[in-house]
Amino acid sequence: MNKPLRRIAIFCGLLVLALLVRTNWLQYVEADELNTHEKNRRVLIERYAKERGNIVVDGKPITGSAKTKDTDFKYKRTYLDGPMWAPVTGFASQAFGATQIESIEDGILTGNDDQLFFDRTMAMFTGDEEKGGNVVTTLNGAAQKAAFEGLGKKKGAVAAIEPGTGKILALASTPSYDPSTFAGNSLDSDTPAWNKLKDDPDKPMLNRALRETYPPGSTFKVVTAAAGLEHGIVDDIDAKTDSPLPWIMPGTKTPLVNEGNIPCEDATLRNALRVSCNSVFGKLGYNVGADKMLETAKKFGFNEEQFVPVRANASVFPEELNDSQTALSSIGQFDTRTTPLQMAMVVSAIANDGKLMKPYMIDQLEAPNLDVIKKTEPEEMGQPVSQEHAQMLQEMMETVVDEGTGRNAQIPDVKVGGKTGTAQHGENNSKNPYAWFISYAKGENGSPVAVAVVVEDSDATRDDISGGGLAAPIAKDVMKAVIDSKK
Amino acid sequence: MSVVTNTTTIGAIEAPSRRNTELAMLAFAVIIPVLAYLNVGLAINDEVPSGMIGYGLGIGLLAGVGHLVVRKFAPYADPLLLPLATLLNGLGLVLIWRLDQSPRLIDRANRIFGSFTPDAPKQLLYSAIGIALFVAVLLLLKDHRILQRYTYISMAVALVLLIMPVFFPAVNGAKIWVSIGPFNVQPGEFAKIIIAIFFSGYLMVKRDALALASRRVMGLYLPRGRDLGPILAVWAMSILILVFETDLGTSLLFFGLFVIMLYVATERTSWIVFGLVMSAAGAVGVATFEPHVQQRVDFWLNPFAQSTWEQSDQIGQALMSFGAGGTLGTGLGQGNSDLIGFAANSDFILSTVGEEFGLAGTMAFLLIYGLIVERGVRTALAARDPFGKLLAIGLSGAFAIQVFVVAGGVMGLIPLTGMTMPFVAAGGSSVIANWALIGILIRISDTARRPAPAPAPSPDAEMTQVVRP
Repeated sequence: MNKPLRRIAIFCGLLVLALLVRTNWLQYVEADELNTHEKNRRVLIERYAKERGNIVVDGKPITGSAKTKDTDFKYKRTYLDGPMWAPVTGFASQAFGATQIESIEDGILTGNDDQLFFDRTMAMFTGDEEKGGNVVTTLNGAAQKAAFEGLGKKKGAVAAIEPGTGKILALASTPSYDPSTFAGNSLDSDTPAWNKLKDDPDKPMLNRALRETYPPGSTFKVVTAAAGLEHGIVDDIDAKTDSPLPWIMPGTKTPLVNEGNIPCEDATLRNALRVSCNSVFGKLGYNVGADKMLETAKKFGFNEEQFVPVRANASVFPEELNDSQTALSSIGQFDTRTTPLQMAMVVSAIANDGKLMKPYMIDQLEAPNLDVIKKTEPEEMGQPVSQEHAQMLQEMMETVVDEGTGRNAQIPDVKVGGKTGTAQHGENNSKNPYAWFISYAKGENGSPVAVAVVVEDSDATRDDISGGGLAAPIAKDVMKAVIDSKK
Repeated sequence: MSVVTNTTTIGAIEAPSRRNTELAMLAFAVIIPVLAYLNVGLAINDEVPSGMIGYGLGIGLLAGVGHLVVRKFAPYADPLLLPLATLLNGLGLVLIWRLDQSPRLIDRANRIFGSFTPDAPKQLLYSAIGIALFVAVLLLLKDHRILQRYTYISMAVALVLLIMPVFFPAVNGAKIWVSIGPFNVQPGEFAKIIIAIFFSGYLMVKRDALALASRRVMGLYLPRGRDLGPILAVWAMSILILVFETDLGTSLLFFGLFVIMLYVATERTSWIVFGLVMSAAGAVGVATFEPHVQQRVDFWLNPFAQSTWEQSDQIGQALMSFGAGGTLGTGLGQGNSDLIGFAANSDFILSTVGEEFGLAGTMAFLLIYGLIVERGVRTALAARDPFGKLLAIGLSGAFAIQVFVVAGGVMGLIPLTGMTMPFVAAGGSSVIANWALIGILIRISDTARRPAPAPAPSPDAEMTQVVRP
């Protein structure tokens, strides 16, 4: 009987072996996959097990962490001025996940990132309570406040950049939401708050500064002017252009009309920008040509997602255009669409003498003991326009503010350049237009701030809506806040 | 006379009894769980647990009683079985106690049942009953061959035990429980031992008929039709269990046990082939018609499927537990295996091992089970009588299959079935029945390793040495 017994012994051995192989498979090979599985609650438990690190603006935290009585989550995220900062922080909710900085830098904030391994080990020996590291942002509290309060009850967004470095100074979006209302996981308060925000037709959780694209309207003329200069169509901004009025778009019988009776016939580029001539810039774009317009737009960052490091949607300059479409696209109509961040990038490149810096909003990551783990260095994205042409564009934009449509952005004793925009949308332009304003301020050592403001459907009547009236005062306040904070 | 003894046969030299080895091993088997207990207390409450002395004394006392009884009544028994079982039982208690402190499980119990009762004290009581049964087996069963007399009674008892749950309401989809007042008993756990006794007795008598009377067809020895009767009956029985009690585990265990013993008894490979084909056919057939079994298979194939997550989350959670443990585990008391919720400390207790002891600990656990099976098989090899051989291999085979079915189910290797991890999982029936199983194995191994009795002094030899004056 012993031979079959030995075989059964081998069989039992194989059963145990199969289990051993399986446990190796689960705990070694598949462990990472299981640990990051979307259904794995441990990810959340870990996220709230320790005091979460803070997001810092101007040296002060704009977030906090509060102890809870929950069995799963020891801590809960809190926010100071939640609605104002929501477009920067995103949210970290026990029940609904995390977004933006809260998600991208989750490892640092929870303290579980590999870069914090040393700190964790030290905390284990010293017996200190482990906590997360901090994320220090580039934002400017005063500018953010000016932007948020300037938008007020209106729908819109503001993006402000420091042209020399690409630091994002303000990133506001209204209507906003308070992420602390659903930071927990209570079915009685957090879930209804979340559902209400999610179902709100005004989309308060949409980050309009980064994730919404608008037709840029006349503000896009700055890009067209840059393309005209770069591609040699125009050499002198004060020389008369060959611009008939009315100008019939090639391939059509439709004239490209201007807003009102403005002096656009053969206007100089400076004047055309000052009064915002559709006919001049439409023709200029057509003369530059679709391919070269696209080339310049791309150099400014169009047609590509930006990561700051939060993802911003790609702005669009259409790739396939006929002649009339090129003309329309060149004045920011047709299919041209842009995020507020993208227009801020355009202004910042011009204000920085043609050099486009990569926009970023995380200045540095700090360990719990405030040691700097990683610092973001400014990075050049490219040179969409030459220094000479950039300075010409500045002159033109300054004329707009000094004596054109952008007078509302004037700041005493500060040189400001800007451009208004009023973009039509809806079927037959039936909806209220978007009011745009893009501008920069100039100081002794270059430009401290470039800003883009867009105000959506406002309650004001159509005629009153123009970038100069609604958006320029907000831009002015933001610029002023930045300048004042540097004093 | 001393001269006489010195010149008699070698058989009289005492074989080492290994009782002191067992005692030393047993010391480890007690100390390790006590330290683990301390570890849990420090990890969860930051203090030496108050029950430590009580727990240490309790498990030490149980182990000590077990050892003394073995030393007195089964002195030649295998020295590893008792320490291995003690170690598993001790660690099981620690794990159950650890899960008793889980706020998540306490919350859950309060929410669903309105109150929470810790399982560890109950489990300690069951372990004591289990050891008592172990002692009783050794005291009452002087020779395992006595069991041979009860072959057909065993069959009747086993049948009754297996059929009983049909008349009681299903608990969580499986009819494996018998509820008598406050007690819930899983008769399947006891039936496993009793049916092994029946098979041993039956096969010992019939093995020659089954082995020799056969026809050769295509290289295989096929049994005669009339000999097929019993195997068909057992097969039908296990299918019936599957259908009426929706208990895949017991059915598999029962049939696997029979095939193993049939093969050992007859030494015919054809039985294995036959058994595999029949169980495959049965399983596929039932799975096609039985929604409960189908569902189990679905959960196994897609544990994370969104549509079934509400019900299949247990297995998904168990898998994530293992993943969370990684190589070295989170440490006792620091994992989140309690996310499994229902049955975290019984059917799914291996997940806690996986998460808190890690890959290293899980492998150690599986190897301890492997060692118990190995000692059982060794006992079968060493046994001198066919009944003892069959019974030992039957019991250790059943033990191996049970471990495989439970651990494989929890780890997602095979579909999940409602069975418990021997000695470790919370639940009285399992721990009591398995102590009885170890008791029988120890009895057989004692008989097997006991030195052959010294030959009776030959009167002739004595005569020749007597020098008559």
